[in-house]
Order: sequence, then structure tokens, then C-alpha cells
Amino acid sequence: MKSAAFEYTRAASIGEACELLARHGDGAKLLAGGQSLVPMMAMRLLRPAWLIDINEIAALKFVAAENDAVRVGACTRQAVVERDSALAERVPLLRQALAWVGHAQTRNRGTIGGSLAHADPSAELPLVAQVLGARLLLRSSKGKRTLDAASFFTGAMSTAIRVDECLEEIEWPVWRESRTGSAFTELCIRHGDFAVVAAAAQVALDDAGRCVRAAFGLAAVGQTPLAFPKLAAGLVGSFLTEDLMRAAANDAADACEPGGDLHASAEYRRHLAGVLAARALREAHEKAKAA
Amino acid sequence: MSATLHPIEVEVNGKKRSSQVPARLSLVDWLRDELRLTGTHVGCEHGVCGACSVMLDGEAVRACLMYAVQAHGHRVTTVEGLTKPDGGMSPLQDAFCETHGLQCGYCTPGMLIAAQALLDANPRPTENEIREAIGGNLCRCTGYQQIVDAVRLAASLVK
Amino acid sequence: MSAYRYIGKGRRAKEHPRFVTGRGRYVADISLLGMKHIALVASPHASARIAAIRVDAALAAPGVHHVLTGEEFCAHTDSLQIGVDAPKVTRWALARGVVRYAGEWVAAVVADSRALAEDAAELVEVDYQPLPQVVDPEEALEGRILVHPEHGSNILYRRKFVWGPVEEAFAGADHRLSFRASWGRSATVPIETFGVVASWDAGTQILDIWASIQMPKYPDQTARALRLPGNAVRVHYDVDVGGSYGVKRGIKHTVLAAYLARRLGAPMRLIEDRLENMRGGDMQGPDRVFDMQAAFDRDGTIRGLRIRAVDDVGAYAGRSPLQLGKPVGAICGPYRIPAIEYEPVSVMTNKTPQEAVRGFGQSPTNFAIERTVDRVAQYLGMDRIELRRKNLIRKDEFPYLIPSGSTYDSGDFHTVLEKALAAARYPELLVLRDQMRKAGRLAGIGIATCLEPSGGNSAFEVLMNPKNETTTWMDSCLVRVDLSGSITGVINNSSSGQGHESLVSTVLGEVLERDPSTIRVVRADSLTALPSNSPVGSRMAIMLGGATAGAAKRIKQALLAIAAHNFECSPEDLEYRGGDISLKGVPSKKLSWEALVEIAHRKFHRLPGGLEPGLQASFVWEVPTGGGLPTADGRIQMYPCYAFEAHVVLVEIDPGTAKPSIRSYVCGHDCGVMINPDIVHGMTYGGIAHGIGAALYEKFAYTAEGQLASGTFMDYLIPSAMEVPDLTIVDHCTPSPLTEFGQKGSGEAGYLGAPAAIANAVNDALSPLQVSIEALPMSHHAIWSSMKERA
Repeated sequence: MKSAAFEYTRAASIGEACELLARHGDGAKLLAGGQSLVPMMAMRLLRPAWLIDINEIAALKFVAAENDAVRVGACTRQAVVERDSALAERVPLLRQALAWVGHAQTRNRGTIGGSLAHADPSAELPLVAQVLGARLLLRSSKGKRTLDAASFFTGAMSTAIRVDECLEEIEWPVWRESRTGSAFTELCIRHGDFAVVAAAAQVALDDAGRCVRAAFGLAAVGQTPLAFPKLAAGLVGSFLTEDLMRAAANDAADACEPGGDLHASAEYRRHLAGVLAARALREAHEKAKAA
Repeated sequence: MSATLHPIEVEVNGKKRSSQVPARLSLVDWLRDELRLTGTHVGCEHGVCGACSVMLDGEAVRACLMYAVQAHGHRVTTVEGLTKPDGGMSPLQDAFCETHGLQCGYCTPGMLIAAQALLDANPRPTENEIREAIGGNLCRCTGYQQIVDAVRLAASLVK
Repeated sequence: MSAYRYIGKGRRAKEHPRFVTGRGRYVADISLLGMKHIALVASPHASARIAAIRVDAALAAPGVHHVLTGEEFCAHTDSLQIGVDAPKVTRWALARGVVRYAGEWVAAVVADSRALAEDAAELVEVDYQPLPQVVDPEEALEGRILVHPEHGSNILYRRKFVWGPVEEAFAGADHRLSFRASWGRSATVPIETFGVVASWDAGTQILDIWASIQMPKYPDQTARALRLPGNAVRVHYDVDVGGSYGVKRGIKHTVLAAYLARRLGAPMRLIEDRLENMRGGDMQGPDRVFDMQAAFDRDGTIRGLRIRAVDDVGAYAGRSPLQLGKPVGAICGPYRIPAIEYEPVSVMTNKTPQEAVRGFGQSPTNFAIERTVDRVAQYLGMDRIELRRKNLIRKDEFPYLIPSGSTYDSGDFHTVLEKALAAARYPELLVLRDQMRKAGRLAGIGIATCLEPSGGNSAFEVLMNPKNETTTWMDSCLVRVDLSGSITGVINNSSSGQGHESLVSTVLGEVLERDPSTIRVVRADSLTALPSNSPVGSRMAIMLGGATAGAAKRIKQALLAIAAHNFECSPEDLEYRGGDISLKGVPSKKLSWEALVEIAHRKFHRLPGGLEPGLQASFVWEVPTGGGLPTADGRIQMYPCYAFEAHVVLVEIDPGTAKPSIRSYVCGHDCGVMINPDIVHGMTYGGIAHGIGAALYEKFAYTAEGQLASGTFMDYLIPSAMEVPDLTIVDHCTPSPLTEFGQKGSGEAGYLGAPAAIANAVNDALSPLQVSIEALPMSHHAIWSSMKERA
């Protein structure tokens, strides 16, 4: 399983990477962590003419706290984000999700941006981006633009990134409410495997315990990760009773269109969607109460 | 297609190694075929089994998912580099022998890398932390039991 | 057990230092000057005629030396051997005119590197004319679409054995039940794929082979297929094999690489990549549907069993159909069941061929028997452990002759079961299970009591093919003591992690009373080797252990003869201690080991007449109780020694997601005397892990079009350290009366009982829902589907 031959450049800067993308068009692929890309190349499912290695661009590796968000460079290693306790306090869903992402070795190489750009509908980080409404900064030699997650994910394994664009950074919203709790849960067959279904939830309560903000979503039950802002809005103002959370979870499960594959039928996934969304909401609620 | 060779300089097990490599040559193939460091093994070539694990700048990674050209300017440690400077076994390698944490030996170098990386970052791991750290390294011989014992033993020996 | 100095004691393995320092020597580590690399072109179709193969583009690609197709290859080599009488079911490494499974190799490209060979392989153009395919074994039995038309049917073997009064048992019993259980296609999938390096030396006319191999008669079958005399093939057994557990038979790869080596005059390397291995390596395992019937009385006595086993071997067969025959040697399990009807059916479909897998068919059979026992208990409302206690053969009944003709040598099944239950703290486990159930979770305890036949008397070969009258199942050891007094033992096979070097050095040390750490163990090659039948069938502790002891005893006898001659006494007057020999009662009259060695090698004038100079001995012996032929009704002594295991497992199933988790795992194990307990435990843990995979995770899944859907490690799910729980083994020792030290084999331990135990645990967990699962693997999805049935 040796990759087909390709030309290779190690880009020294974002500018250089964008220039190369502009020049080679869809004959080029960016090489970040390689944990998803290289297996496909080894199996010759992908054979780009050019690989542009962006692993050595320091400007793409950073974690910067702002007031309402944390900005993370696209090439920041998943392991770095996982270990960052300050980040985990401000955007807890990231560390919670990363516990389910592959294995230590894949997280040492895999990048935050790489997972988002790869856009596997069952992947954990895209789900977090969708649920939190992350904003993604795209750079090209013509300039830059920012997309919100909902516009970024366009389909299974596909995003709005143009052929000459490089994902540069991701802005993860921070919830300022003091009583915020979040949870990420997943059914995967072996530890570290792709999610059969994954669910993420984040809620905030006022001092009386009433929900003032909510967001939740599901992965692996559609062409993209799914967030349910309307259903989440329906929870705001309530005390997040078991019945309400379960109803929201079931409504979400009914709304999605999962596919079937070797490991799970569509029906099983739909069942899991309801179960896991409820569990994520439940656990987020418990955390918020304890905060 | 591309016959281009890329010059690389990589510190491997403490020694500077220079080479000219085609871009598509994987790190594991370069280590094994050119440097003749055959201790690192190939099991699946798609990043699942962990037999190819090496340390890159001190962190465990899958060498089948990196190209050799990407290692330019970095430090690689293979199983051969885990031995002590005098050539003797490290406490971890010795612990694997003590607890019979191997049988055919094929996954063993990858296990040692994963386990050593764990102990370097977390000298007092719980059983679950040990299992998780080697969770990306598949073994078909041992059922993992005596491997976990080995890592636990090695941890207990390090002051 | 301190009858022994070294045997049975914990000691480090000889092999391990080289492995932990990265100094193993696996086939992919072998590099010969001028070596070329092979990549394969595989069929995308499950069934098709090959209309044309165009190789010009591939030949013109950089670094390519040759492209070989079946047309040439099949004309110059012989079809590979098949274990049953089916001469029209021919098989070569490359397809001949038709492809019979998706993944079958159609052409081989030889290039300067594997990458270049793969590049060129993509340029080989094959015109296929798809033909109808048959993928379902039931459909294959009907025979409307034939995988090998010349054979006339898809059935490779079928026979109905009736042992004991089956009709009467079923007619006379209080109750009967029947059900179907199926064992999904999985295999032991080693982390190292199969590989071979072949080199033809035109000067000496010898073919040298290095391979990751575990196969009996490998040099012989290679030579035969290549139309070479046996002594033209030299297989090097000193290649480290990265796991095999049955599957690495690699004969087709070897004949292909060797043919190319001779043809092109250069060494050839063929290392399967993982895609080739999964789809085209021909190393998938039993794929079996059991129709079980049990006749039993209301007090729980099982009167008889009817077992029909249909096994799908795929598109070609080597030894795979024989995996239906080995279980004949333990067809009633560890139970006193006097009447058994067994109908094995081996059928072909357009799938990747099956190969030998750990246990050679015993694990699927044990699973079917144990599910039957649990169902009988359920039917009667009887405790599953009580039912087993009632039917398990008692310690005082050994040696015990089973209806199919094998005698179980020894055992104390009840004690092992008790030990396992005690170690599992069974009463507390029950309480825990019931607490979990009260808390709304699904929880179940699984019990399995199973046999591990060991010793490798492969009498199933004759049983299933009367034209094959092979009854010799031998092994051997050569021991040398050199001029310096150092001991070297020579093994005549390759090993794949079983610790044979440690085994041999321990046995030699025990018999000769010399420190095993000073004893070197090396391997012969097939030209210098004594006869061996390979490490299969859990045989090496018995056979290699026995041969080593036999050779060591001959050395000891020679030393005693030398001393007797020099002291002018008889050997009975001598005392052998630590290698030194002295006259009984006269310790001053002593010849040290060194002095004895000197006499043997240098002092002919002090050597007794008739004794050969030097100090070496070989020992070749036949498997105990071997040499017999089957009776007309198919009764035969199969393996000689019967190890036993009792598993007690607690499984929890998440009621929301259907995810199974193993919460507690205890295995009681009795393989007689353990020569190295750590090595035995290691293989048992590994066997349990294999069993967990087969029970819950692993399946070679095929689409209706015969495409392998789980051909990578992303879809073929091997359990990691997170899926395999903490395992507890509790030992018992019932020595075998047939072996030197009382040892039985244990290479398949754990695997032979784990799937049964886990299946019983999952079913116990689902029993409150009144549903059951009788198909392995019990995937998350299968468990959920089952749970849904109830709702």
C-alpha cells in the first residue's frame, strides 16, 4: 500500500501555501496531520499530483484566548488542544470531544483544522463546531473570508473551502454564562473508532436553574454534523426536565436522515440519535447545575 | 511521475542521518529500508495497528502515516533508540521481559514506544491510563494482560 | 509442584531480549542482493471469465522486470494440494482462465521496489466477462451455480456419522430441542501479514526460502508444486514469525515467488500488504452454520446430540475442509453423551478461501455445544452449572472413550469448574448481576466448559480422505553437546511466539540437570532438519517437549555409559547429579560433566565400545496413541491429550445503545503440567482476546455480490486493550499419562472456550427480554436488533 507518486513542497508560510494552491488548483492537496489523508493515499483512493505540507507553518499553530472566543490555528495538534486546561475551561466541549477522537498517537499528529476540513459526517470536532457555531477563517492569495460552521459544512466529506483556499484558524465561541455545562457522548464500537452516532450538548442555567441558553447536535446521522437550534431554543426558559430533554432528543432523532452501513442500519442510528442526544443533554444539565 | 528526490536531515536515535528521498516514501519504510532500523514494523499501512509507532520529537506517532520527507529537521526515536547508552535494556524493555509482555514480538516495538511515551508524560499511570495509551496498538498474541503488567512494573521502578 | 527443578517455574523467555530491542528477524527484514519485489493484480469480480490480459503498459513502466499471468504460471507448476478427495478442484496462486472470488490474484508484477510494482500493477489491463456468482452457502448447496464446474457440485465433503444409539436416544428421551447457531467468518489475523523471500541458486540448484510460515509439509508441498525434488528446497526455519495462530500457510505465495525467482534468476520478495492479505491472502476462518438437536431427560441427563455443520470454505480449499473433521475428536465436548450424529458439510462459494485457524474448527464446535447445553438448562428451568456438573465426565471415569472413537486421557473437569467459579466469586457475581438488572441494565453471566484437544494427531486427514493414509504425526529434536560442554538444541520448524526456544532449553535443562540459560537453541533448515509436523494442533509442548526429553535422555544414557565404562561398573551403580556422575556411595569417584564431555569428544581410548564419538543425539517420535486408521463408521483416536477450560464471564449491555462490555472474566485452565507457566498464561490470555474478537467484533463481511466489505482494519475490528478486560486465569493440573512430564498442549487455550462463554453471557443478559442471539459475532447492531424484537 504505497502511495502513488506526487510532487511535494513544504510551505514555509500561509502565503506560500495559498500561492501553491492557486497555481496547482485541484491537483493539489494540503497535508496537515495526515491521519485521514495518508491512509487514503496508501490505498490509492486519493492521488493528488501535489502535496503541500503545512505542518511547519508556525503561524498556523496557536491557541489565543479572546473575550468571547478562543482562536485556534488550523494546524494546532489535537493533543495540544486536549492538554490545554485554560482552553478546556473556556470551551469545554473541545476536550470532551477529543477524548473520543482516535488514539494518543493520532492526536499527536492530527490537527484541529484537518479534522474540520476533512468533514467526515461522523467526526467529533465538526460536530462541536456545528453545535457551538464556530467561525472558520479561510485564506487565499486573494484575501480572506470567514464562514460560520453551518455554511462551512456542505456535505459528506465536503466543505465550502475553495480550491485555492487554506483553512487558517477557527474561532470557538465561549459562553460567558457562569452556570454552563457541556457533554459529548458517542457510540463507537471500539475505543477510538469512528462514531456510529455522536451527540454534543451545551446548556447554561440562571441561578434559579432555568435554562437560559442551549445548543445540541448529532454526528453520523446526516451528510453533515447536525445542530438543532430550533429544538434547543425550545428548551430555553424551561427547567430542563427529563421529559423535555427526552422530547427534544426524540424530535432531533426524527428530524435526521441517517444512513446504514456495515456497522449500523439507519434505524439503529436513528435509535441511537435519540438515546445519545438525551444523554448529552442530561449530562450537560448535571454539569451546569454543579457549576 | 515524480522522480524528484528531497534532501532530508533527521536525527534518528541521537544520530544525524542525511538522505535523499522520494516524497512518497513513508517514514517507516525509510527507517527500515534505508537506515536498516528494522525494529519498527509494518502491520497495516493505514494507521490502525500501531506496529509502526515511533517517537517524533518525543511524542508517539504512526510512522506509516508520515512521509520521510516530513521528518526533515525533526527527532525520531525508534525501538532501537530506547536502549540505554551502554546498549543495555531500558527499565521498560526489561519489564516486558520480566512479565512476558510479548510473544511473537511483532507489535512489541510499537507497544514499547507507546508505553515509553506514556511513562515520559505520566510516570504513575492508572491501569485505565495504561490501557488507553496502548489502545492504539493492536496485539494478537498476548491479550494485553502481561503488557499492562509490564508497564505497571516499569512505572513502579522509576523513582 | 516441586518435582521439577526448572519445569513449571517462572522464568524469562529466551526469545524476548531480541524482540524488545528491535532485533527480531522477520521475513520483511531479510534483504538479499538484487532482490526484486512482487505486487499483485487482483480480480474485482467474484466470478468472471478472464477474456484477455494486456501487460504492455505495465512492462514499460519504470523498474518493471516481468509481469506473470496464470497462462504461463499454471502450465509450469502443479495445482496446490487439497485435503479432501476433490482432484478437479484445482488451485494456483494466479487465476487460470476464470476468477472465483473478488481479490483472487490474476497477475504478478515484478519490479525494483514494491512501490514501482504497485504502480505497474495498476497498468495491467484485464478484460473480465462476469459470470453468475454464488455467495450464500445454502444456495451453493443447491448447486445451480457451480464454483468449480468440473467438480460437479459445490460440495467438497459430506458425510453423516452415527456413533452410538442415536435413534433410541432421541426416541426414548423425555425431551428434545433444536435450534440453529452460526459462527461468522473471522480469523486470527496476525499483525504481520504473510511474506516470503525466495532465491534460486543456479550454482547449487537449491531454492532458498525464508517465510513467515506455520505449515506442515511446507517444503514438500512447495517442491512438489514447483516440480522440484524435495532436496532442492531449503526452507530456513530461523525466520521470526509475527504471529500466525494457524493461518500462515502461504503455499500459494511461496510457489509464485519461487517460480519467479527461478524464472528471472533473481531473489524475489512477496510481502502481502494488508489489502492483499485480507482479500487475497486466503486466510479467513471457519464460516459455519450448526443445526443442533439435543435429546435429554427431565433430570438433565443429555442422552444424545445431532449436529449438522455446514461450513463455507470459499472458492478454493487447502486444509480448510478438514476443520470439520478435527472436532470429531471432541464431538461431545467434556460431557458424557453416548450417542452422537455428526453431519459435516464443506461447501464452496465465490468468496476468499478459508484456511486453518487456531483450534482447527474446535472453537466453533465448542460454541455450538455450549449454546446447546445452556438451552437445555433453560428448557428444563435448571441451573446451567448444575446441568454441567451432572453431565461433565467425572474424574474417576478417565481414560474416557467417546462415541466417535477418541479416548480422553485425563481430566478433572469438576474441580476446574469449581476453581473458576470460586475465583470469579460466583455467588457475588450473581448478586452483582441481579443488582445491575434491578438498576435497569442488562447483565448476564456466561459459563462455558470446553475441551482443548492437543497433540496434533491429524487423523482427520485420513478420516475425511481415505485415499490419504497418513498416520505419521511426528516431531523431533537434535541435541549437541560440544567440546566445551555447551549444550545446543536444534528445532526443526519455525515458531510464531510460542516460546519454543524456552521450551526446549527448559526441558534440556531439566533432564540433563544443566542451567537452561546456558543452553542455546537454534533452528535447522529443511535440508538439515529432522522430521517435524510444525507447531499446529497445540502439539509442541507434547511433541517437541517429548522429542527434546527423548534426545536429552539419550545424551544422559551416553554419559552414564561412559562413566560406567570408566568406573567398570554398571549404570545402576551410578549417580547423576547436575551433569556430574559419581559412584553411588563413593563421591570421590566422580567424573565431572567437563571430563565426560572430553572423553566423548577426544578420548576414544576411554569410550565404551559401540558408542559413537562425540556427544549428540536425535529423537524422532510419533504422536502418542497415533498410527491408527478409522473404522468403517468413522471412529478414530484423534488428538492424544485433552486440556480443559472453564470460563466464567460477566457481561453488561447498555440498554440504550446495546453496547456490550465485559465486566469480569475468569478462566479456569488445566493443561496438565505447564513447562513454562508464564508462556502458557500468555497464550491463554491471547486466546481469550481472539475469542472476544470472534464473539463480539470480528467478521469478514460479504455483500450479496461477493465483495468483501470489511477488508481493512477500519472495518475488520480487532479488539484493543480497551475492549479486552482484565483477565484472570486460575490453574489446575491433571497430568497426562501419555507424556514425559504430564504436559498437555495449550496453544489454543482460551480461544476454544471464550466465544462460547461470551455467547452464553450475552444470552443470559438478554434472557429477561426473552430474546436470544445465536450468531457470532454479536455485534452492537445484532444485539440491538435482538433487543428490538422483544419490543
